[in-house]
Amino acid sequence: MKMKRSWLLLLFTVVISLVISACSSGDDGKDTATEGDKEGDVKPVSDVPQEIVVRVNDDPDFLDPHKATASISYQMILNIFEGLMAPETDGSLKEGIAESYEIAEDGLTYTFKIRQDVKFHNGDDLTVEDIQYSFDRLMGKSGGEKMSNNFDNVASTTAPDANTFVITLKEANSNFLYSLTARQSAIIPKSNDGKHNENPIGTGPFAYVKYSPGTNLELTKNENYWKEGLPYLDKVTFTFQSDDQAAIMSLMANEVDLTSVPWQRVSEVEGSHALSHQNNNSSLIVTFNETKAPFDNVKVRQAMNYAISKSDIMESVFAGYAVELGSNMSPAMGDFQKTGLEKMYAHDVEKAKALLAEAGYPDGFKTKITVSSHNDMYSNIAQIVVANLKEIGVDVEIEVVEWGIWLDRVYFGRDYQMTTIDLTGRASAFEILNDYISTNDGENFFLFKDAEYDKIMADVLKETDQAKQIEYYQRAQEILAEQAAAVYIADYQIVWGSDKQVTGLKSYPFWFHDMSEVKFAN
Amino acid sequence: MMYLIRRFILLIITILLVSIITFGVFQILPGDPIRTMLGTEADATQIENLRSELGLDRPLYEQYADWMKGLLTGDLGNSIRFSMPVKDLLFDRLPVTMSLAGLTLCMVLIVSIPLGMFAARRQNKLSDVSLSTVTQIGMAVPSFWLGMMLILYVGMKFDFFKISGYIPWTQSVTGALSTLVLPALTIAIPQIAVNFRYVRTAVLEQIQLDYVRTIRSKGMSEQNVMYKHVLKNSMIPILTVFGLIMAEVVAGTIIVEQVFSLPGVGQLLITAISNRDFPLVQGIVMYITVAVVAINFIVDILYSVLDPRIRLR
Repeated sequence: MKMKRSWLLLLFTVVISLVISACSSGDDGKDTATEGDKEGDVKPVSDVPQEIVVRVNDDPDFLDPHKATASISYQMILNIFEGLMAPETDGSLKEGIAESYEIAEDGLTYTFKIRQDVKFHNGDDLTVEDIQYSFDRLMGKSGGEKMSNNFDNVASTTAPDANTFVITLKEANSNFLYSLTARQSAIIPKSNDGKHNENPIGTGPFAYVKYSPGTNLELTKNENYWKEGLPYLDKVTFTFQSDDQAAIMSLMANEVDLTSVPWQRVSEVEGSHALSHQNNNSSLIVTFNETKAPFDNVKVRQAMNYAISKSDIMESVFAGYAVELGSNMSPAMGDFQKTGLEKMYAHDVEKAKALLAEAGYPDGFKTKITVSSHNDMYSNIAQIVVANLKEIGVDVEIEVVEWGIWLDRVYFGRDYQMTTIDLTGRASAFEILNDYISTNDGENFFLFKDAEYDKIMADVLKETDQAKQIEYYQRAQEILAEQAAAVYIADYQIVWGSDKQVTGLKSYPFWFHDMSEVKFAN
Repeated sequence: MMYLIRRFILLIITILLVSIITFGVFQILPGDPIRTMLGTEADATQIENLRSELGLDRPLYEQYADWMKGLLTGDLGNSIRFSMPVKDLLFDRLPVTMSLAGLTLCMVLIVSIPLGMFAARRQNKLSDVSLSTVTQIGMAVPSFWLGMMLILYVGMKFDFFKISGYIPWTQSVTGALSTLVLPALTIAIPQIAVNFRYVRTAVLEQIQLDYVRTIRSKGMSEQNVMYKHVLKNSMIPILTVFGLIMAEVVAGTIIVEQVFSLPGVGQLLITAISNRDFPLVQGIVMYITVAVVAINFIVDILYSVLDPRIRLR
């Protein structure tokens, strides 16, 4: 009897002590946990936090800005680096490290005046030698391999004096300035040669501190930043969390200050957190391998456009947080977008059936849609596509594969029938329309081919007048819609959930968490 | 001595076999590390440059031979995805996984052994039956679900617990506990259930034996009977199960680290596999192999410590 009681007592003690330790630390632990843990020993005088934790889906591929290619990397490292030009939130460009620039009338010579008050994070002054070094490195002129194809058109780069840098092109290219932001050509110090990935140094508002693979990337304030008074925050931590559901729980538990919120769960954080909506400037498409039957037939592709209901997808996958598209250009691009194209293929089952019959498939056909598993979004869309196409007699099988396999098989191998993917936003209208689509571009994975389209994409580069460029771009969009190059579904919004005190978030027409003007309001 | 040499040779053979199997799987597995890493934005030049820079344009068997050569000199090579030595990545994360596994094992031991003995003493009474029922459920619950439930109903309710990330012991002991208790509990609960049943059965077997009646009749206190004699004699079957449980715990960390965003070896393994990072996967598989072999080794030694009649051969 005595024995039994002591057992119970032991168990009871264990349980109770666990519960008590959990609760009691909970009460006083909160403040120290959210502030103390993240910032180490120095505590600011005011109660307003001076540091932010931003959740990002994945690790950067490289920290070296010339080596990195994944858009997720730039989302973070654009805070470290700057280029001659800088992106604006509306998709235009402004001066970055260059104070001013001039383009010669022939469109070949670009002359940049360099700012004199710019310092690298290691304290060194930025010089024209560093700029020369950065471009030489990109073009493979300093011994190494060529690191980018963006500068194949460059004839020469020279630095006539200590604050002038001149780039001469072989052929005029109205899109060239877009290759001069930190995204394509970050300016990095020559003195750091060979260590750009291990210890990246730039001139941006934040300096690199530490990268822990799979965990986080820590940045600290650049005290010498040339923009007076910026940045506000002392520290930025990008923490890597691939799971959306886990991320939103971290947001609710105050372990993360900023994250994207899955569309279906927006209502859960609506009251407690600030939400901002970013037009992603990407185009979500359902597309086909257009060299193989039946999708080589434009009528079949048009039938797909009539049969697939954009509103079904927008409602059930994105909970309405999306803008309908008619071609490969989002309204986020302003004047560049040809409006009205989204009305061209209103959902119409009968028309779709008729087109299929004309194309020689009165009874439909069997096909397969291959989607990547790295985001639920794609398989959700595939399910709606299956249901929609069933109505016109097309029998679709869904194949879900890993991202790596999708890239191998669909994107690079082009061995697929149908797929769905979102084409990442770019700042330049030219790149949006040329990359992935034009046969002038190697990334044309759905193998769309149209002679007029390719000619437009070649001609527009020679056009210097912006109004005329826009005409070209609008015609290009019409072709994509008429030829049903893909089913252009929507530009979905990213819904950012943040701590209510966070202000100064900016949204760009591409992936960039610009932290330079972010601060916590009182 | 002979025993040690035999064990060591066995370890080498195991590692060799495991690495060959991993290598074979990687040959069959579709997907390319460079493409996966650079994504859709990369142009052909960048992909080819990186491929030749990392030596991935060579045939796979050459890469494997190179890796093997490195292993003999203690070099695990460089990770493709993270462009740093596999050794550094592994050593960065080992403390997390070790702490998690350690805490889990403590929980399993502290709860399951007393509980099992208690149930055995009360065989077929209400408390025994209800404990058996509860543990049956505990065994059936999948750990990822359990983890999610703990996050939702414990982690989100009490500020003490962190639901993601890891704070090292050296920085703060309570901090480490706040990040580890829930994941450890997630792995521990099913294992407690398993171990509880084995302890109960083993103790039940012993209690019925003559020597127990004898020592009881000579007036030894129940406490001493149970701990000094019954438990000790039940340890052999319990130890066997415990060896298996340790291996389960090492495997369990893989899933649970994912659920709790713990930067441990398991999470690294998943990243490595989905990125087709061959050197990193090999490195981690080596770690798991060595860990499991070492556990078996320790269990074997403990056998002879517990029962001197068992000799290691």
